[in-house]
Amino acid sequence: MTAEVVGGARRELAVEARDVVRRYQLDGVSVEALRGVTLRIEQGAYAAIVGPSGSGKSTLMHLLGCLDRPTSGTLLLGGRNVADLSDAELAELRNRTIGFVFQSFQLLTRTSALENVALPLVYRGVRRAERRDRAAAALEAVGLGKRMGHRPGQLSGGEQQRVAIARALVGEPTVLLADEPTGNLDTRSGAEVIALLGRLNSERGVAVVVVTHDLDVADQARRRIHVRDGLVERDTGALGPGVDPR
Amino acid sequence: MRTGEAFRVALDALRANRLRSGLTMLGVVIGVAAVVLLVAIGSGAKQEVEQQVEGLGSNIIFVVPGKFEFGSAPTVSRLTLDDVDLLGRVVGDPGRVAVSVASGETVSVGPREMFATVNGVNANVPNVFDRRVARGSYITPTDVDTRRRVVVLGSSVARTIFGDIDPLGRQVSVAGVRFRVIGVFQPQGSTFGVDRDAEVHIPVTAAQRLFGVERIDALAVKAPTVDDIAPLQGRLVSALQDKYPDEEFSAVTQTQILGTIGRILGLLTLVLTAIAAISLLVGGVGVSNIMLVSVRERTREIGLRKALGARQRDILLQFLIEAVLLCVAGGLIGIGLGVGASLAVNAVSPLPAVIAWWSPALAFAVSAAVGIFFGVAPARRAGRLDPVVALRTE
Repeated sequence: MTAEVVGGARRELAVEARDVVRRYQLDGVSVEALRGVTLRIEQGAYAAIVGPSGSGKSTLMHLLGCLDRPTSGTLLLGGRNVADLSDAELAELRNRTIGFVFQSFQLLTRTSALENVALPLVYRGVRRAERRDRAAAALEAVGLGKRMGHRPGQLSGGEQQRVAIARALVGEPTVLLADEPTGNLDTRSGAEVIALLGRLNSERGVAVVVVTHDLDVADQARRRIHVRDGLVERDTGALGPGVDPR
Repeated sequence: MRTGEAFRVALDALRANRLRSGLTMLGVVIGVAAVVLLVAIGSGAKQEVEQQVEGLGSNIIFVVPGKFEFGSAPTVSRLTLDDVDLLGRVVGDPGRVAVSVASGETVSVGPREMFATVNGVNANVPNVFDRRVARGSYITPTDVDTRRRVVVLGSSVARTIFGDIDPLGRQVSVAGVRFRVIGVFQPQGSTFGVDRDAEVHIPVTAAQRLFGVERIDALAVKAPTVDDIAPLQGRLVSALQDKYPDEEFSAVTQTQILGTIGRILGLLTLVLTAIAAISLLVGGVGVSNIMLVSVRERTREIGLRKALGARQRDILLQFLIEAVLLCVAGGLIGIGLGVGASLAVNAVSPLPAVIAWWSPALAFAVSAAVGIFFGVAPARRAGRLDPVVALRTE
């Protein structure tokens, strides 16, 4: 997959949400986390979802990542309607098209960096030798080629997050979803991680969606989607800051 | 995900919590070991009794008063010595009828004494049963007719009261009456720790006077061939019932005795094994419990795996394999322990223990089944976890 020139011809959509509503039942009370979100994320995009806590941005990210299904509305991933898919098909879709990066890294503590990175390929049925090769290549790509045998406890926070990014990358997804990727890091490690995400976006053409309330992080993205009270409040649009999407 | 991969993950998880895995396994280990050991003791007991009953000799019919049934009360005997002649006429050969009247008495020489079974017999006992005299001779018909005070000693009685001295021709006191030793039996060994050589034989006539009774306890008839057994049984009983119309008599064979003993021992083994199986069940509940804890503890890991593309069945399989591995490993250790304990019991205690090939196989299958049965609920719970909720868990 190659990224097309920004601002060029009409591009394929990686994710599309049409009037998506997500309602939860909390102690018998119905809570609307999302109240009708319409959003299109093109392949190769670099977007930041920003908003205060409780705005619904985490819920939105879980939906975009197929970890959850909308209560109503349509969610399309790579052209497939999430509502039509079984749990197993959803898991496969997740495995092939989405890469997750979490605030708390979510690495398996007892396993080496290499095996952590190879984990998504396990669920794809890739053979062990090939898994190792691909995981090693992904670790090289994030600059951790010399740390493959280390366990998460032996790595710094910044390195752990880079291992997590390598894990998100190893399955060659179309979308990389990062939930507060710098939230647990010091400023310098955070900057490195953000630079890495930017580089992966421009070099590999993988769409990057960062959920954050750190405006410095959001500034790195070409597009900013502001969420408030379960609605998209403001969207700088697919073509970059300052361009009206509609 | 391949099954091999799920195995590896499950093994890793078990290894990470060695102590907990070991303690969880312990329930299954003890359950399986207990089942294997108790089945071994049950089969050993049965085998030993069978050997002993078969060792009595072939084609023997025991004639006893009352009904020969498991659970029926013993009946006071009204058989007398005259009945020996009666049964001898029924069989057509008086030499095929042996007789017994028994009582526990003290046998002594000077200060050395021993409590032994004193058996009043006639001269036919060596013919009917396979009972051999090692030294000297057995009681003769004349000894019986003349109520002679002679005695044949069991080997351990001879050893206990005479030591290294040759007992033949010497006097012993049986229940305070002096008898002359005319023979010593070949040793028979012991059953369940009971010495079968703590026995002396004296002429039945002398025994009746010694015990102050007229009765005899039981008669044994040796049928000429196997085919004669069934018709003889009927004729013996009807001959006795003609003589004693108000009494009931039974004529039973070794096979019938074996059947009855087998049923009793089988029931006993079944009850003991059932108790052991309950401990296996409790072990299974322990496995289930620990698996639930493990699922809860690794909720975040499950959420992560799902986010990375694990399907419900991948997660289910991983936890199910973990439970089955625990139980199967516990089962194997339990089998080893049970077999070891059986061999030890055999070596150091009077209880015999025989390992039937099927009992370890069954124990293994049951422990694997316990793993699946008690692993399914926690594994399903793990598989159904909502990844969003799971990832949020701290």
